[in-house]
Amino acid sequence: MNREEAVRRLLGQSPPPVPPELSAQAARRGARILRRRARARRAMWLLVLAAVVAVTVWALTARPWVEPPSETTPSLTGW
Amino acid sequence: MRPRQASRDLCRALEFEAYVAGAGGRLLHTATLLTAEAPDDNPHARRLLIRALAHTYASWDRLRGDDPYEVTRRYLAIRFAHGVRHRHRGLLRSRPLPQSPLARLSPRERLVLVLRFHEGVAEERTAALLGLPADRVRTICHRATAALLDPPREPAPAVGGVEAAPS
Repeated sequence: MNREEAVRRLLGQSPPPVPPELSAQAARRGARILRRRARARRAMWLLVLAAVVAVTVWALTARPWVEPPSETTPSLTGW
Repeated sequence: MRPRQASRDLCRALEFEAYVAGAGGRLLHTATLLTAEAPDDNPHARRLLIRALAHTYASWDRLRGDDPYEVTRRYLAIRFAHGVRHRHRGLLRSRPLPQSPLARLSPRERLVLVLRFHEGVAEERTAALLGLPADRVRTICHRATAALLDPPREPAPAVGGVEAAPS
Protein backbone atom coordinates (compact mmCIF):
# COMPACT_ATOMS: atom_id res chain seq x y z
CA MET A 1 0.00 0.00 0.00
CA ASN A 2 1.30 3.34 -1.12
CA ARG A 3 0.23 5.38 1.94
CA GLU A 4 1.77 2.82 4.25
CA GLU A 5 5.02 3.15 2.37
CA ALA A 6 4.86 6.94 2.70
CA VAL A 7 4.37 6.70 6.47
CA ARG A 8 7.25 4.25 6.69
CA ARG A 9 9.51 6.62 4.81
CA LEU A 10 8.43 9.55 6.96
CA LEU A 11 9.14 7.62 10.16
CA GLY A 12 12.43 6.30 8.87
CA GLN A 13 14.08 9.61 8.09
CA SER A 14 16.69 11.26 10.34
CA PRO A 15 17.59 8.59 12.90
CA PRO A 16 19.01 10.09 16.11
CA PRO A 17 22.72 9.75 16.93
CA VAL A 18 23.41 7.05 19.53
CA PRO A 19 25.17 8.35 22.66
CA PRO A 20 28.34 6.33 23.30
CA GLU A 21 27.56 5.74 26.98
CA LEU A 22 24.14 4.17 26.33
CA SER A 23 25.21 0.58 26.88
CA ALA A 24 27.27 1.35 29.98
CA GLN A 25 24.47 3.36 31.58
CA ALA A 26 21.89 0.68 30.90
CA ALA A 27 24.20 -2.07 32.18
CA ARG A 28 24.85 -0.08 35.36
CA ARG A 29 21.16 0.36 36.00
CA GLY A 30 20.45 -3.25 35.13
CA ALA A 31 23.13 -4.44 37.55
CA ARG A 32 21.54 -2.26 40.23
CA ILE A 33 18.17 -3.90 39.60
CA LEU A 34 19.79 -7.34 39.89
CA ARG A 35 21.52 -6.41 43.15
CA ARG A 36 18.26 -5.08 44.55
CA ARG A 37 16.46 -8.29 43.60
CA ALA A 38 19.20 -10.42 45.16
CA ARG A 39 18.95 -8.40 48.38
CA ALA A 40 15.17 -8.79 48.47
CA ARG A 41 15.48 -12.52 47.87
CA ARG A 42 18.04 -12.86 50.64
CA ALA A 43 15.84 -10.91 53.04
CA MET A 44 12.87 -13.13 52.20
CA TRP A 45 14.86 -16.31 52.84
CA LEU A 46 16.13 -14.94 56.13
CA LEU A 47 12.55 -14.15 57.12
CA VAL A 48 11.40 -17.67 56.21
CA LEU A 49 14.31 -19.17 58.14
CA ALA A 50 13.55 -17.03 61.19
CA ALA A 51 9.90 -18.09 61.05
CA VAL A 52 10.83 -21.78 60.84
CA VAL A 53 13.21 -21.45 63.79
CA ALA A 54 10.59 -19.61 65.83
CA VAL A 55 7.91 -22.22 65.14
CA THR A 56 10.33 -25.05 65.97
CA VAL A 57 11.39 -23.52 69.27
CA TRP A 58 7.80 -22.81 70.23
CA ALA A 59 6.73 -26.33 69.34
CA LEU A 60 9.56 -27.91 71.34
CA THR A 61 8.80 -25.84 74.43
CA ALA A 62 5.00 -25.83 74.32
CA ARG A 63 4.58 -29.38 72.95
CA PRO A 64 1.10 -28.79 71.59
CA TRP A 65 0.74 -32.43 70.52
CA VAL A 66 0.87 -33.73 74.11
CA GLU A 67 -2.59 -34.16 75.59
CA PRO A 68 -2.95 -31.78 78.56
CA PRO A 69 -3.44 -33.57 81.91
CA SER A 70 -7.08 -33.91 82.66
CA GLU A 71 -8.34 -31.55 85.34
CA THR A 72 -11.71 -33.23 86.03
CA THR A 73 -12.34 -36.69 87.35
CA PRO A 74 -14.54 -38.83 85.15
CA SER A 75 -17.92 -39.39 86.70
CA LEU A 76 -18.46 -42.74 88.35
CA THR A 77 -20.92 -44.81 86.41
CA GLY A 78 -21.78 -48.50 86.39
CA TRP A 79 -21.80 -49.09 90.11
CA MET B 1 30.56 -19.89 43.92
CA ARG B 2 32.09 -16.40 43.68
CA PRO B 3 34.28 -16.98 40.60
CA ARG B 4 31.37 -18.55 38.76
CA GLN B 5 29.16 -15.58 39.60
CA ALA B 6 31.89 -13.20 38.41
CA SER B 7 32.35 -15.01 35.12
CA ARG B 8 28.60 -15.02 34.55
CA ASP B 9 28.47 -11.27 35.21
CA LEU B 10 31.30 -10.70 32.73
CA CYS B 11 29.67 -12.91 30.11
CA ARG B 12 26.35 -11.11 30.52
CA ALA B 13 28.03 -7.71 30.30
CA LEU B 14 29.83 -8.64 27.08
CA GLU B 15 26.75 -10.11 25.45
CA PHE B 16 24.68 -7.13 26.49
CA GLU B 17 27.23 -4.68 25.13
CA ALA B 18 27.23 -6.46 21.78
CA TYR B 19 23.44 -6.44 21.75
CA VAL B 20 23.21 -2.70 22.47
CA ALA B 21 25.89 -1.95 19.89
CA GLY B 22 23.75 -3.72 17.32
CA ALA B 23 20.23 -2.72 18.31
CA GLY B 24 20.74 0.52 20.23
CA GLY B 25 20.46 2.83 17.23
CA ARG B 26 17.22 1.36 16.00
CA LEU B 27 15.72 1.26 19.49
CA LEU B 28 16.69 4.87 20.14
CA HIS B 29 15.07 5.84 16.86
CA THR B 30 11.89 4.07 17.91
CA ALA B 31 11.93 5.71 21.33
CA THR B 32 12.50 9.14 19.77
CA LEU B 33 9.54 8.61 17.44
CA LEU B 34 7.38 7.65 20.41
CA THR B 35 8.25 10.74 22.42
CA ALA B 36 8.06 12.90 19.27
CA GLU B 37 11.32 14.64 20.09
CA ALA B 38 13.90 16.08 17.75
CA PRO B 39 16.58 13.51 16.73
CA ASP B 40 19.41 15.48 18.32
CA ASP B 41 17.56 16.55 21.48
CA ASN B 42 15.77 13.55 22.93
CA PRO B 43 16.26 13.31 26.71
CA HIS B 44 12.89 11.62 27.29
CA ALA B 45 13.54 9.00 24.64
CA ARG B 46 16.97 8.27 26.08
CA ARG B 47 15.62 7.91 29.58
CA LEU B 48 12.88 5.60 28.33
CA LEU B 49 15.34 3.49 26.37
CA ILE B 50 17.86 3.24 29.20
CA ARG B 51 15.09 2.01 31.47
CA ALA B 52 13.98 -0.58 28.95
CA LEU B 53 17.57 -1.70 28.36
CA ALA B 54 18.27 -1.96 32.09
CA HIS B 55 15.21 -4.14 32.45
CA THR B 56 16.46 -6.31 29.58
CA TYR B 57 19.88 -6.55 31.25
CA ALA B 58 18.27 -7.65 34.51
CA SER B 59 16.32 -10.42 32.81
CA TRP B 60 19.19 -11.40 30.49
CA ASP B 61 19.90 -14.74 32.22
CA ARG B 62 16.25 -15.75 32.03
CA LEU B 63 15.66 -14.95 28.35
CA ARG B 64 16.20 -18.60 27.31
CA GLY B 65 16.06 -18.11 23.58
CA ASP B 66 13.67 -15.16 23.65
CA ASP B 67 14.73 -12.34 21.37
CA PRO B 68 16.17 -9.59 23.59
CA TYR B 69 15.16 -7.01 21.00
CA GLU B 70 11.55 -8.01 21.37
CA VAL B 71 11.80 -7.92 25.15
CA THR B 72 13.22 -4.40 25.07
CA ARG B 73 10.66 -3.21 22.54
CA ARG B 74 7.77 -4.62 24.55
CA TYR B 75 9.01 -2.97 27.72
CA LEU B 76 9.56 0.30 25.84
CA ALA B 77 5.99 0.30 24.51
CA ILE B 78 4.42 -0.65 27.84
CA ARG B 79 6.52 1.86 29.74
CA PHE B 80 5.62 4.61 27.28
CA ALA B 81 1.89 3.85 27.45
CA HIS B 82 2.07 3.73 31.23
CA GLY B 83 4.01 6.99 31.47
CA VAL B 84 1.53 8.76 29.21
CA ARG B 85 -1.41 7.57 31.27
CA HIS B 86 0.15 8.87 34.43
CA ARG B 87 1.28 12.17 33.02
CA HIS B 88 -2.23 12.84 31.72
CA ARG B 89 -3.54 12.92 35.25
CA GLY B 90 -0.89 15.24 36.60
CA LEU B 91 -0.66 18.92 35.81
CA LEU B 92 2.84 18.69 34.44
CA ARG B 93 2.41 17.31 31.00
CA SER B 94 5.44 17.92 28.87
CA ARG B 95 4.46 19.04 25.42
CA PRO B 96 6.25 17.23 22.63
CA LEU B 97 8.55 19.47 20.70
CA PRO B 98 7.06 20.58 17.41
CA GLN B 99 10.12 19.57 15.37
CA SER B 100 8.82 16.09 14.80
CA PRO B 101 5.96 15.57 12.35
CA LEU B 102 4.63 13.02 14.84
CA ALA B 103 4.03 15.71 17.46
CA ARG B 104 0.61 16.31 15.91
CA LEU B 105 -0.57 12.83 16.83
CA SER B 106 -1.73 11.67 20.23
CA PRO B 107 0.67 9.42 22.19
CA ARG B 108 -1.48 6.37 21.54
CA GLU B 109 -1.66 7.07 17.82
CA ARG B 110 2.11 7.44 17.77
CA LEU B 111 2.57 4.20 19.65
CA VAL B 112 0.35 2.24 17.28
CA LEU B 113 1.80 3.85 14.18
CA VAL B 114 5.41 3.30 15.25
CA LEU B 115 4.82 -0.31 16.28
CA ARG B 116 2.90 -1.15 13.12
CA PHE B 117 4.91 0.66 10.46
CA HIS B 118 8.33 1.47 11.88
CA GLU B 119 8.76 -1.78 13.80
CA GLY B 120 6.64 -3.91 11.49
CA VAL B 121 4.73 -5.61 14.32
CA ALA B 122 1.64 -7.45 13.06
CA GLU B 123 -1.77 -6.03 13.83
CA GLU B 124 -2.79 -8.85 16.17
CA ARG B 125 0.46 -8.68 18.10
CA THR B 126 0.19 -4.91 18.45
CA ALA B 127 -3.35 -5.36 19.74
CA ALA B 128 -2.22 -8.01 22.21
CA LEU B 129 0.70 -5.88 23.36
CA LEU B 130 -1.48 -2.85 24.03
CA GLY B 131 -4.50 -4.76 25.30
CA LEU B 132 -6.80 -3.41 22.59
CA PRO B 133 -9.08 -5.20 20.13
CA ALA B 134 -7.51 -5.64 16.69
CA ASP B 135 -10.08 -3.53 14.85
CA ARG B 136 -9.44 -0.70 17.28
CA VAL B 137 -5.75 -0.86 16.37
CA ARG B 138 -6.70 -0.72 12.68
CA THR B 139 -8.91 2.33 13.27
CA ILE B 140 -6.21 4.16 15.23
CA CYS B 141 -3.71 3.29 12.55
CA HIS B 142 -5.90 4.68 9.75
CA ARG B 143 -6.63 7.84 11.68
CA ALA B 144 -2.96 8.38 12.51
CA THR B 145 -1.93 7.79 8.90
CA ALA B 146 -4.49 10.31 7.71
CA ALA B 147 -3.38 12.87 10.31
CA LEU B 148 0.25 12.41 9.34
CA LEU B 149 -0.10 12.43 5.56
CA ASP B 150 -2.97 14.90 5.15
CA PRO B 151 -2.11 17.73 7.54
CA PRO B 152 -5.04 19.88 8.72
CA ARG B 153 -5.89 23.15 6.96
CA GLU B 154 -4.42 25.55 9.49
CA PRO B 155 -0.64 25.66 9.17
CA ALA B 156 1.02 23.93 12.08
CA PRO B 157 3.62 26.22 13.65
CA ALA B 158 7.27 25.49 12.95
CA VAL B 159 6.75 22.14 11.27
CA GLY B 160 9.35 21.82 8.60
CA GLY B 161 9.76 19.03 6.11
CA VAL B 162 6.30 17.54 6.57
CA GLU B 163 5.09 18.77 3.23
CA ALA B 164 7.91 16.85 1.60
CA ALA B 165 6.05 13.63 2.40
CA PRO B 166 4.34 12.24 -0.67
CA SER B 167 0.74 11.39 -0.06
